[in-house]
Amino acid sequence: MSKGLPPFQRFLDTHRDAVWRFLVYSVGAAEAEDCFQETFIAALRAYPRLRDESNLRAWVLTIAHRKALDAHRARARRALPVEDLAAVDARCTAAALPRDETLWTAVEELPARQRSAVVLRYVADLPHREIAAAIGCSEDAARRSLHEGLLKLRKVVSA
Amino acid sequence: MTERVDDQIRKLEDALARGAAGAKGAAGESATALASGEHTAAGAARRLSGRIAAEGLADVSYAPVDSPFGTLLLAATRRGLVRLAFPEEDVDSVLERLARAISPRIVEASAPLEPVRRELEQYFGGARQKFELPLDWKLVGPFERRVLRVTSEIPYGGVLSYAEVAADAGSPRGARAAGNALGSNPIPIVIPCHRVLRSGGALGGYGGGPERKRWLLQLEGALE
Repeated sequence: MSKGLPPFQRFLDTHRDAVWRFLVYSVGAAEAEDCFQETFIAALRAYPRLRDESNLRAWVLTIAHRKALDAHRARARRALPVEDLAAVDARCTAAALPRDETLWTAVEELPARQRSAVVLRYVADLPHREIAAAIGCSEDAARRSLHEGLLKLRKVVSA
Repeated sequence: MTERVDDQIRKLEDALARGAAGAKGAAGESATALASGEHTAAGAARRLSGRIAAEGLADVSYAPVDSPFGTLLLAATRRGLVRLAFPEEDVDSVLERLARAISPRIVEASAPLEPVRRELEQYFGGARQKFELPLDWKLVGPFERRVLRVTSEIPYGGVLSYAEVAADAGSPRGARAAGNALGSNPIPIVIPCHRVLRSGGALGGYGGGPERKRWLLQLEGALE
């Protein structure tokens, strides 16, 4: 029986913005809603059995990271024609997000671990230790993924 | 290509941070984003709470409701109403105690509390004398349960003394113990501990304050 676990509603109030931002940048605004629901429903189911309550943010972002991977895999399976996908993304992100389209499209196209590392670092403001916890690797590996991601992205910016 | 990799990376980090700052504005509760009701963290969280309530995934649902006393906090499990808190009580500490005593799977949702809200509204309007909603006695200990069950049987407009309630509950510890049990009532108003007075007819104590006790007894016609 965990003593310090906050009521789930407070947990949701505290972390919803970080999870939402992470998902919007990982899967796009069109799919962020479904991933958000799936993330917190999964968190709710597991919540009372949670043993380590010291880092709830990293825990819920771990779940969000997995849901984002599922969404990317599902998108690849659906294999939408490129024009359709672009239309969906443009409609949903243009309304919600002022952003550097080229750069963030490039972020979405990074390999999964690098993408999550970049989004967790710059969108969710996580330190390396928490990025490592969220994507399930060592702190050094998280640092490397972030650096490799940045190396790939720099061409987009310098171009 | 004279720019060093480090400089490029720094430029990139700036661009990423700028883009993310834009997203923070968009994901927060800006007036326009809320007005559109679409694609915001707040909107997604609201739809999530609705879904959790509809699918019965929460162990405890809670909602604020208006009353002549101010905003009451209601909390229910799948079994029934488990807690009613007066406006002075700190919402966070009420919820934290529910998390420890029942389950941390606590979500704000008004739909599961709607039948309770309706019965309370009728009661405060003088249109209901008996609550028919199911109760969850989880927060009540065995001795307290005997005392509060006797109290539940006191009809609208009636009163008993602490000594009478103690006797009916078979309390070996007498009126004082019965008074303590009534003071721990987690569901005041609905479990009518306000209908228990001192033997001489004096009002006695009340968790929500003696003015509210008097108000309730006047509403029920038990006091002038």
